[in-house]
Amino acid sequence: MQLTMFQRWWLPGAVALILLALLVGLPLIALIVSTSDLNLQTTLNNTYYKRVIWFSFYQALISAVLSVGLAIPLAQALSREQKFLGRQMLINLFSLSLVIPTIVAIFGIVAVFGRTGWLNSAIGQLGFEPFSIYGLSGILIAHVFFNLPLATRVLLQSLDNIPHEQWRLSTQLRMPGLAQFKYVEWPAMRTQLIGVFMVIFTLCFTSFTIVMTLGGGPRATTVEVAIYQALRFDFDINTAVSLAIAQLVFCTALLLASALFKHDASIGFSYKPVEHLYRPTSTHRWRNRLLILLGTLFVVTPLLGMIMSAINPASIKVLTHTNTVQATINTVIIAIVTAFLSVGIGVSLLISSRHLRIRAQKHNLGQWIQHAGNIILVMPPVVLGTGLFLLLRNVADVFSIALVLTIIINSLMALPFVLRILDGPLMQAANHHDKLIQSLGISGWSRWRLLDWPLIRKPMGFALGIAATLAAGDFSAIALFGSERATTLPLLLFQRIGSYRLHEAATTAGILLVVCLILFTAMQSMTSRTIFWRSHAKD
Amino acid sequence: MITKLHHALFIALVSILCIVTLPSHAAQTLTVYTYESFTSEWGPGPVIKTAFEKECDCTLNFVAIDSSAGILNRVQLEGKSSKADIVLGLDYNLMALAQDTGLLAESSVDLSQVKLPIEWDSKVFVPFDFGHFAFVYDTKTLSNPPTSLDELVNSPDDLKIIIQDPRTSTPGLGLLLWVKAVYGDDADSAWKKLKPKILTVTKGWSEAYFSLFLNGEAPMVLSYDTSPGYHMAIDKTDQYQAAAFDEGHYLQIEVAALLKSSPNQELGNAFLQFLISKEAQSAIPLTNVMYPSIDIGDALPPEFSKLIKPSKSLLLDTETVRDERKGWIDEWLESAN
Repeated sequence: MQLTMFQRWWLPGAVALILLALLVGLPLIALIVSTSDLNLQTTLNNTYYKRVIWFSFYQALISAVLSVGLAIPLAQALSREQKFLGRQMLINLFSLSLVIPTIVAIFGIVAVFGRTGWLNSAIGQLGFEPFSIYGLSGILIAHVFFNLPLATRVLLQSLDNIPHEQWRLSTQLRMPGLAQFKYVEWPAMRTQLIGVFMVIFTLCFTSFTIVMTLGGGPRATTVEVAIYQALRFDFDINTAVSLAIAQLVFCTALLLASALFKHDASIGFSYKPVEHLYRPTSTHRWRNRLLILLGTLFVVTPLLGMIMSAINPASIKVLTHTNTVQATINTVIIAIVTAFLSVGIGVSLLISSRHLRIRAQKHNLGQWIQHAGNIILVMPPVVLGTGLFLLLRNVADVFSIALVLTIIINSLMALPFVLRILDGPLMQAANHHDKLIQSLGISGWSRWRLLDWPLIRKPMGFALGIAATLAAGDFSAIALFGSERATTLPLLLFQRIGSYRLHEAATTAGILLVVCLILFTAMQSMTSRTIFWRSHAKD
Repeated sequence: MITKLHHALFIALVSILCIVTLPSHAAQTLTVYTYESFTSEWGPGPVIKTAFEKECDCTLNFVAIDSSAGILNRVQLEGKSSKADIVLGLDYNLMALAQDTGLLAESSVDLSQVKLPIEWDSKVFVPFDFGHFAFVYDTKTLSNPPTSLDELVNSPDDLKIIIQDPRTSTPGLGLLLWVKAVYGDDADSAWKKLKPKILTVTKGWSEAYFSLFLNGEAPMVLSYDTSPGYHMAIDKTDQYQAAAFDEGHYLQIEVAALLKSSPNQELGNAFLQFLISKEAQSAIPLTNVMYPSIDIGDALPPEFSKLIKPSKSLLLDTETVRDERKGWIDEWLESAN
């Protein structure tokens, strides 16, 4: 029995990889096959495309550096200030910015930072010249708004996992704040840094609507825009596929480069809930509070802008409208199914990847299996959709399976986040106890239940929450298949804008925000209780 | 005993199969690919569906696709195996491209009632609404809007406008063609002068109108001459008006067509005919916020008579647009950059 479990380490990962290959790899291959003469070189020698690739890279690099760079002090401050009113609520709100549809986020950002926004009005009152966000600064503000909270959450998670003993030791040694950062906090964050950076970089590299809308002019164009243009208006599959491959190669090359930075999983001993022995001086305390305040203002004011526009004379009518109710139900169902599927696929990949990295000593192979999960980030939705259509048109009726496809695509889209959140804790669990459980002969389900679960329970709730809210707020996957059956809230939002029902649209956006917040909180609290494992907890 | 059981099982199985495979005498289904806002609860879709189903004894299914160009893409991808009977929501600029696919059938629709600013001679496409591109301005922040495109181009740079990108949006392409129609070979220098006034170039109409214009980011946005009709009739406000330009306004015509591969040719034609009936057309002004393509008399909301009346409808023919579009966009990328 034990032997078979050992031999089957590859199974979960293989299933996940096959699913990825089928849904992401095959559509691309189908497109490549359908092109008459794929000429990468001609496409890439075009000055326009060269400029577009350079701009994509440039803005994504700055966006990612800013997001991660600002997340480090913010996560540190949040981890050091464990007790203040509304901390959990704030952390939950932080998960929202990532998932709201861009059109709504832009509305909120403009309400705060725009020419006539709150900030400019305030600055004007003080007698200063107003500033314009249109251009690189607008792109950066929006990208940091989307990604700073994500980075902060992931880093905060690693900080919260710092073993009790390390804090005690550092306090006993009377380390000053900077030394504590260097020897205790930084090593914990460092393990997650490259991964988070790469996810954010890729998200910004492929950013589409934000870059166009806040970019101020056609110079602000990403590869994704060029792909959309080639495929949608010119039906030029050659160019679209060439650019998609270029994007894929480019981002993969960066992943390869990032793999050069060796990072070991942090070493710790304790599962006890963190009890901070950090005793700050009052200057530190004020610095922490200021950082948290600024971070909160930056993330929460645009959300507030959206909520305020959501409350209008049309609100009651929209709230009680049958379509709104139906769309809310659809959204919640899709979100929940997606969350479990995505976390299922993610854990499967990680279990196999972990085995390769730890037991088989094939670290790089294990890493690559995991990176495969990120591939969806560099696949433009329009390419994915076109490829899937080419594949499925003779095999299945796309309309009847539109909902299933939407759910699967959504769970693959959430996969990179799920992997980032769960990788650290799963590796940590194995690093500490692999030798022990190997000698005790614990494997398979028992290993999962006794060893992995207690450690990844909390991160798992976070991963479920992120996947659920991402699916709830997603518009691209459902728009790919044009389903007439399942209207979701984001779809309803776009339809209402298109019909000039702008008040109704704003309220719909507000409902979506609230639904996301509830979903996220519910998913998180689901795994935060020990009901399922009570017998173990009593031991 | 065993044979009896077999017998019974066999009969049961056969009857189940019969039930499953019995041809259902349900009415015909007509599938229409269209863009999202058309099928919106406040769009024309639901009104037209109810009205048409009442008289056709059929089921009308709208499939919402992300954009007008997306509709064409989809039928191109699906080719002859497309589920669609009708494509609805292509615009005049896409007509030549759509016809080149060879997927569209000539319709037998009687177009004699059609009343557009231009003569309609296509046998394939049925025009179901039209409007003109125009800059909509906020009367609260802009009291004296430019009265011509040229005045806008030569305005001081602190007059800000929001436009859409011709690479990704229909109005964006409309403005490109508008400037081309007015300035011809000098379009290039007009764009260079216009550039400092462009606050930003959005992906689509929704971002421009919803996220930016209504947030007060700029006093003018590229939209349609019909947009104020909606605000006056439904929002009951005169705050947003279209600026009339002396050179005339570029025309936008939305069309529908039948697919050759559709097994429901007769029903499809009936639908297209219904689409330009007074009943369907009366829904257009306030649901799709465009002008109807036939004369609907009193059914036209009174607010629509308060709209600007373009002195001239500008239009470049669809074949020219098909052939030149890419080059013009490249040119635009250089001069508006």
